[in-house]
Amino acid sequence: MGNEAELLPGTLDLLILKAVSLGPLHGYGVLLRIEQISGRALLIEQGALYPALFRLVRQGLLKASWGKSDNNRRAKFYELTSKGRKRLREETDGWNRLVAAIASALAARPQEI
Amino acid sequence: MNLAYFRSLAARFFHRSLTENDLEEELRSHIQLRANDLERVGLTRAEAERRARMEFGGQERFKEECREAIAGNFIDILVQDVRFGLRMFRKSSGVTAIAILTMALGIGATTAIFSVVEATLLRPLPYPQPEQLVSIQADLPGLGANDVGISQPEWQDLQESGIFQYVSPTWFDENNLTGSSQPARVRLLLVAPNYFALLAVQPQLGRAFDPHDHSPGIIPEVVISDGLWKRSFGADSNILGKSVRMDTDLYRIVGVMPAGFDAPGRTAEERNIEIWAASSFYGTPMPDHPPRNRRYFPTAIARLKPGVAIAVAQKQLDALTASLQKQFSGDYPPQNAWTVRLLPLKERVVGNVRQSLVLLLAAVGLVLLIACVNVANLLLARASVRGREMAIRRALGAAPGRLTRQLLTESLLLSLFGGVAGVAILFLLKDFLLRLIPENLPHLNEISISWNILLFALVASVVSGVLFGLAPALQASRLDLNHALKQEGRSAGSRERARTRRGLVITEFALSLVLMVAAGLLLRSFWDLLNVQLGFSPQNVMIVRTRLPAPNDPNNDKYATDVQETPFLRELVRKCTLLPGVQEVAIGDTASIPLDQTLRDLKVISEGQFFFSIEGRNVQSDHSTVAERSSVTSDYFHLLGITLRRGRLFNESDNDNTPQVAVINRAMADTYWPNENALGKRFKATRDGSRWITVVGVVANARTESLARADVPQIYLDLYQTAERRLSVFLRGRFRTAAIADEVRQQVQSLDPALPVYGTQTLNETVSASLSQRRFSMELVSLFALTALLLAGLGIYGVISYVVSERAHEIGIRLALGASRSNILRIILRQGLGLAIVGAGVGLIGALIVSQLMASLLYGIRPTDPLTFAGVALLFIGVALFACYVPARRAMKVDPMVALRCE
Repeated sequence: MGNEAELLPGTLDLLILKAVSLGPLHGYGVLLRIEQISGRALLIEQGALYPALFRLVRQGLLKASWGKSDNNRRAKFYELTSKGRKRLREETDGWNRLVAAIASALAARPQEI
Repeated sequence: MNLAYFRSLAARFFHRSLTENDLEEELRSHIQLRANDLERVGLTRAEAERRARMEFGGQERFKEECREAIAGNFIDILVQDVRFGLRMFRKSSGVTAIAILTMALGIGATTAIFSVVEATLLRPLPYPQPEQLVSIQADLPGLGANDVGISQPEWQDLQESGIFQYVSPTWFDENNLTGSSQPARVRLLLVAPNYFALLAVQPQLGRAFDPHDHSPGIIPEVVISDGLWKRSFGADSNILGKSVRMDTDLYRIVGVMPAGFDAPGRTAEERNIEIWAASSFYGTPMPDHPPRNRRYFPTAIARLKPGVAIAVAQKQLDALTASLQKQFSGDYPPQNAWTVRLLPLKERVVGNVRQSLVLLLAAVGLVLLIACVNVANLLLARASVRGREMAIRRALGAAPGRLTRQLLTESLLLSLFGGVAGVAILFLLKDFLLRLIPENLPHLNEISISWNILLFALVASVVSGVLFGLAPALQASRLDLNHALKQEGRSAGSRERARTRRGLVITEFALSLVLMVAAGLLLRSFWDLLNVQLGFSPQNVMIVRTRLPAPNDPNNDKYATDVQETPFLRELVRKCTLLPGVQEVAIGDTASIPLDQTLRDLKVISEGQFFFSIEGRNVQSDHSTVAERSSVTSDYFHLLGITLRRGRLFNESDNDNTPQVAVINRAMADTYWPNENALGKRFKATRDGSRWITVVGVVANARTESLARADVPQIYLDLYQTAERRLSVFLRGRFRTAAIADEVRQQVQSLDPALPVYGTQTLNETVSASLSQRRFSMELVSLFALTALLLAGLGIYGVISYVVSERAHEIGIRLALGASRSNILRIILRQGLGLAIVGAGVGLIGALIVSQLMASLLYGIRPTDPLTFAGVALLFIGVALFACYVPARRAMKVDPMVALRCE
């Protein structure tokens, strides 16, 4: 282990939107998908996922419906609404700008000043 | 907020348990899925499920967070909080009952006063488009005379000025209604034919006057009130077209006004009109060409054109009066400075009670505030007991906001219960309370518990709930967890809470002191007025009124000349003197009844205010002379105990054929003949053709016009030389007041069976009635102040009791170490006294400000009356000491052994 990163506050929503954008998922599936696409680098407290999901549904970014999971269990599936897709695009752009800015700031060397 | 939010809110609201099951199932499915995965890695099923649950973390916590994330969740929480709150109330039913009762008192009293204020001040007059209605008031500031009335030509000018839709003079009068078994005196309003069109009110039966009727004389039609219709005509549905005889003239009844229709008058008498008659105010019995300077309409009302503001109309009116003054310069001497003002009609009706009502509302508002502070205090005391409960809930993961919310919900519940109880009490006591309202308080609108009032009570409850819930709620959110849990059974957060409670008690003391000072000042004013040297003696004096008819046709007038009237008067005096128990009899007109305030308009026009010129004085300056006037028989002075200072009273030799004489009071002599002998001086009424009147006597001043003023110039004319129709018979002696009215009626009607006898009252009652409005506000403010004092006393008692129980341990140690019991008493009392003194100090500053605002309601004392201030402050300290003494005695009795073992 040791290569796990703390989740920055506020980034859980973004990760959930991203995970769901790749295809409808139930809650546990969202968890697995995030672990998978982050290369198992991001650890998410399992229970904390659900308040976030409920919040995103309320904001109209996700919609939920009951369906069957792979092994035929009843599960609630989440998918992105058009509003959610738009939000994901905006937040991704924002995140990228932030990362680029911070990276460039951190890469600064004395002679460049 | 968006559509999705509302949809989920709606879903949440209607399928609450459904969503709850959803959440449950979703989390369960998560754990099962996770367990499946773990099982696949090689764990046993049981182990896998255990691991899955552990990895998931605190299920309950996340469920709560989910619920909060779901829209509409506040409804759940509210229901939960309310249920919990109710359970807490049941657990501490004593505190709850006291809190609810206190709030019921505060909210009930405030709502009661508000319902009066709402009906009188806030609601518009009950006529269509009331904002267009104005009262026209003419003043002669140059003479120092206000509200002098208007004349017929002036009314015509206003009517034709184009400023108004309608203008109607209103002339309050009394009349003798004959025809039924007993002649009755009716309250008549003589108006222009456009009066009902002006008010835009329709009769319930028949029709109103034709607004365009401009015939001379008095139109032989009347509209009657619902009350008279029911009382005198048995609600006869065929009443229309029937005739009534008033002052021997016949009138046809053309309409019946609806129940609840009142005229916009200033006194109860002037509002409660029974018959309306109409005239254009010229032609017999009035002059064919009424003179411009005889202002015999006490007032006129008007309806503005739609959309015209009063200020705009006033400008147009100013231009009109300026041009009239130029055109008729003889009638409007410039030094009189004749001005005509437009006043919202409502202002005329309620203007003179506004200040007292606002005072009452402020006073009762203070009581409510004090009640809030008291309940806040109570809740804080309970919060100290509940400190542990709060701490445990916090430790179990309740957010601070959640606890604040719980406590606020509880306070809101308390105050809503209080509000409901208060309004319920109000409903029960409604009839009783309405009777307390002085009759003269103008309320054309019915005072009732309407939706507006209920809404007010609701808002008052919610605001007070938040107000008194705030302190305990905020305290709970700042709870120091460690500290609270560590203190075993003891209450938590006591130090800060004690500080807040002390602050609250100081506030309470300050507020009630303000109220107490206000009440004290009113009480002293009232007391001073009661004990003022009246200058006349009202004891054992009875007044019975009668009225001689004034027919429109002088040929029908039995009392047209003094030769006809004088024998009647002399005979009436003689017969009344013979009545059992009667020692003295005098007769006067309405204006001669001391301190009678029921007929203000009547006094303005025909009696009362008297404009006169003094012989030999510059014609220009002699316009500035106005005095009160009444007509009396010479026995009036001895009967009332008004002493003759100089000259003589009226005597038998004064009659129609001898020069008219007058007795004046000292104020009149000092004002108009300073440093001169007034006897033998002559004056006459300013109107044309009036006779010279010679001063024959000067009497002492008497406060017959106003209790508050001793120096009102007063002219007394000889009743035998004037033709007064409204007569007041004054009787002094020892007789049964209940029977005297009938005895006088027999005497009057033995002389003329068509005369009504009415208005029987003792002079003491009249004097007392003139104070009724002052008494009403004085009594209510005092009642509120006492309530406030009681609440403040309870507040300080509560705090000191709490301090004693908190410090029982310390007191035990002190006693064990040898402190004397009186030491302990002193310590506790000092603490209470400190609070009281700080509170009183703050309150005195507030009282200084408030008393300045109510200066005009006071009589005889300055708003900073030191005696009142010092007295109230001392009373407060006394109450505080007493309230502290009870718990302090408990402190003295602390058993050191018990107190120490308690730890």
